[in-house]
Amino acid sequence: MIPAAFDYVRPTTLDEALGLLAKYGEDAKVLAGGHSLIPAMKLRLSQPKVVVDIGRLGDLRSISEQDGKIAIGALTTHYEIESSDLLRHSCPLLPEVAGKIGDVQVRNKGTIGGSCAHADPAGDWPAAMLALDAEFEIAGPRGSRTVAAKDFFVDMLTSALESGEILKLIQVPMTAKTAAYVKFAQKASGFAIAGVAAVVDKARKGVAVAVTGVAAKAYRAAGTESSLGGLELSETTIATAAQKAADGVDPLSDIHASAEFRAHLARVLAKRALELAAGRG
Amino acid sequence: MAATTENATETKVSQRYFGRAMKRVEDPRLIKGIATYVDDLKLPGVLHAEFVRSPHANAKIKSIKTDDASKLSGVIGIFTGADVNDKVGTIPCAAPLPGGKSPDHTVLAGARAYFVGHPVAVVVAETRAIARDAQDLVEVDYEPLPAVVDPEKALEEGSPLTHPELGTNVAFTWSVSGGDVEAAFKEADKVLKIRIVHPRLTPMAMEPRGCAASWHAGESSLTFWSSTQIPHYLRTLLPGLIRIPENKLRVVAPEVGGGFGSKLNLYPEEVVVGHLAIRLDRPVKWIEGRRENAAATIHGRDQIGNHEIAVRKDGTLLAIRTKIIADIGSYCQLLTPAIPTGTGNMHCGCYKLKAVRVDITGVHTNKMSTDAYRGAGRPEAAYLIERIMDLVADELSLDPVQVRLKNMPESTEFPLNTATGLVYDSGNYQAALEKAQELAEWPKLLQERDAARDAGRLFGIGVSTYVEICALGPSKTMPAGGWEWGCVRIEISGKVTVITGTTPHGQGQETSFAQIAADRLGVPIEDIVVLHGDTATAHYGRDTYGSRATALGGTAIVMSIDKIIEKAKTLATALLNSTPEKVEFNDGKFFVSGEAKNALGWGQLASEAYIAKNLPPGFEPGLEASSFFEPPNCTFPFGTHIVAVEVDRDTGQVKILKYVAVDDCGKQVNPLLVAGQVQGGIAQSIGAALMEKTVYDENGQLLTGEFMDYAIPRATDIPDFVLGSTETPSPSNPLGVKGVGEAGTIGATPAIANAVVDALSPLGIRHLDLPFTPERVWRAIQGNGGQS
Repeated sequence: MIPAAFDYVRPTTLDEALGLLAKYGEDAKVLAGGHSLIPAMKLRLSQPKVVVDIGRLGDLRSISEQDGKIAIGALTTHYEIESSDLLRHSCPLLPEVAGKIGDVQVRNKGTIGGSCAHADPAGDWPAAMLALDAEFEIAGPRGSRTVAAKDFFVDMLTSALESGEILKLIQVPMTAKTAAYVKFAQKASGFAIAGVAAVVDKARKGVAVAVTGVAAKAYRAAGTESSLGGLELSETTIATAAQKAADGVDPLSDIHASAEFRAHLARVLAKRALELAAGRG
Repeated sequence: MAATTENATETKVSQRYFGRAMKRVEDPRLIKGIATYVDDLKLPGVLHAEFVRSPHANAKIKSIKTDDASKLSGVIGIFTGADVNDKVGTIPCAAPLPGGKSPDHTVLAGARAYFVGHPVAVVVAETRAIARDAQDLVEVDYEPLPAVVDPEKALEEGSPLTHPELGTNVAFTWSVSGGDVEAAFKEADKVLKIRIVHPRLTPMAMEPRGCAASWHAGESSLTFWSSTQIPHYLRTLLPGLIRIPENKLRVVAPEVGGGFGSKLNLYPEEVVVGHLAIRLDRPVKWIEGRRENAAATIHGRDQIGNHEIAVRKDGTLLAIRTKIIADIGSYCQLLTPAIPTGTGNMHCGCYKLKAVRVDITGVHTNKMSTDAYRGAGRPEAAYLIERIMDLVADELSLDPVQVRLKNMPESTEFPLNTATGLVYDSGNYQAALEKAQELAEWPKLLQERDAARDAGRLFGIGVSTYVEICALGPSKTMPAGGWEWGCVRIEISGKVTVITGTTPHGQGQETSFAQIAADRLGVPIEDIVVLHGDTATAHYGRDTYGSRATALGGTAIVMSIDKIIEKAKTLATALLNSTPEKVEFNDGKFFVSGEAKNALGWGQLASEAYIAKNLPPGFEPGLEASSFFEPPNCTFPFGTHIVAVEVDRDTGQVKILKYVAVDDCGKQVNPLLVAGQVQGGIAQSIGAALMEKTVYDENGQLLTGEFMDYAIPRATDIPDFVLGSTETPSPSNPLGVKGVGEAGTIGATPAIANAVVDALSPLGIRHLDLPFTPERVWRAIQGNGGQS
């Protein structure tokens, strides 16, 4: 319950933060909302010698429209996303996902950037990021770079962030109302045993379906998507397509859900998410 | 019963507070955060202890190296079994069973560790952080051994032994029986067989354990604080263990953040802390972390029962024959063997069984010990009997409510002799059932189920009619006295001090005992203070567990008040220059009949009694009395819970749509407290029914060691309750009170279970074991079997 001793620094600019990470290397960990890092430190699963608190980098906390897309600063809290009018109108999937994360206290402190960087296989954001083909803008010692969502979530608890880099901004497209996130939560932790984000593009007759909680990292249910490509969405076509929602993945297994049950839930939730999304437009 | 003789003037007792739903006097300090829990204690010079614990379920301890840890600045000392075990006693079991075999329970591990979390060494340092750092540096060389985890496999030939020196994994065998079981089975039209499992549960009190000890070298005395339910028992048990006289030990239970039975125990950590405070001549404090709590605080339940039920075609229950395997873990803690015997003794439930036989085998495994957890053996009993009743109804194509009514005793048949030998004090099971059905709008509920089923939805209704045993209890049946002590003192100013030997830790007796005393003495409730939990103040007591405090503690207080009233009347008679038959006591005043204006109140009488200038000859100064109440019997609360659920066919999720509970705890001192207890008990039952299970893997690793993995209900999981009550007074005490602290945990799980099975019954499912997690329910629906 007591972390190992650590030093604490709180930079006031992004450049200062990057400088500190360069200086301390593997000895440093970035602190944003703290709701993944601090529990890990209390259990001594993580023992950074230096904690770099980026909470005061106000520039990284914002939600705005930029060139027909929406830019969300990495330090924007789940609560801020949940209650954003702009997002409710322009990318309603995000407030819906945000409202299902953890609980009120977690949502007040946790950040979308911190959550994505942590890349928990049962986190909620990865499903939405993949379904929206989000783009991640990363700041590093050698300048900025952009990584597509499909390349950002590398493996269980591993993102594309390299040592010394800080996630700055996430860009998502504006979408119609036809999107939905359906989650089956692990009763104790509140994390997703399975969470499915569905975005329906009625105009172009295509769907994006992304699944979290089921495998070592979130994935796009390619089989489900191609099954529906170009088709009218009906109860039958959705039901058939949803059957493929766990194809080609190795589901996780633990005391909370077996691999078989997770795969089953992926299929059930894919159907529910698609029906919900389609029904909203 | 309070002493009243033919010549005594009738004591008029007003009912201003008894029965009133009053807010608790305890709450403001708790809500404002100004209550003192163990961790809030400020002890100058205090040292902090952290325990090094085994990460293995079963292992030889080859060596313990403490050099690196000792070198850390601020570390005072590191102690292992070799340093401590021969200087203190072993942890006792207060309820051993005849023929039982258990090993010596040394306070720290000796040659072997027997469960994950077993304390192996203790670090003492100037700060908690240093102690925690040093804990990481202690090097223990373990040789892991195969773990004994499955209690049924543990009984098989060739199984590894938890304690090799015992030659067996059987800790004890015990049985209870009554009536002619063979004849009943011969007479039966049908014999049903069912295997029912009650999983292991983790109590998860909001405040984990903690204790502190301070040695007063000048007086050679020790003050010991613990987040405990049983300061009095600790005061009796600790002296032999840490080698100081009983009358040089003061034990204090400060504010305790929940016990639920998990703090009705004597733990090795408590002994170690007490010992070290004396040894180091510095105060020592230990505060448990949640992971430690999940691993090394007692667990509850964990029974596998195989049952045979003899019935007649018309639904008459003739006999039950049961074999239970109780997985008790590695050691017998304070009451470990007694818990499953409660399941045996309550095997008749609410029904007039002709014969019963229960055989229990306690099995040692490489797990934490089980012991009392809210209900302590009775939830297991109510659960298995109420599942059996539904099974009988199903088997015989009878209505589950009718089968219950058919086997219930009439309210006129009490006191009721049961086949196990228990005598139930009073009951009216039919009235509670009727009221519950009324509150549940029974006919409408049945229609709702029909409509849901027509629409293909999995909708179920479950009923549980339960009885339980509490207000423990007559001393002949208890390990070390079942009486209760209460003292009442009128101070010189007329204020009232009530001291109870019970130890409330959330039950609210500071309020309810004040209500009782205020009525009986005729004083404003604000003038009363209720003290508890400190053996320097409450000299003797049997503490709080087994839903006993109001029935027994309340009665001891009433007895003391009646003694004071009698004494005060003698004084008043002298001061009023009158004679006893002419003096009345009403509404807190003594006066000569017809001369109410010349009344003497408590303030005046107390003043006279202590200043003692006008006392009649032979009259002892003071206005104080204490009493011990020895109960003639336990009490038997009962009730009916009715639950409606819907099951999501695709995900297996269970939703509680309706929850009705009618509980009878006899007379109610404070209906708000009663409702709180019932709601809390039901909430814990919802946990047990839908989500809770303590899981050890095949290597004895605890997989549910955190709130990340052990799910307990949150506010959002709890449905709106419809609560009602009936009041069937108990003849076991003059207050007529039965006890309600555990009833909710006993009546609720079976009702939920029966509802879920009912919901699944159209699919041919007849039984499913707890907990009804989504995957377990889904598998049952798929036909892969939901048995554990």
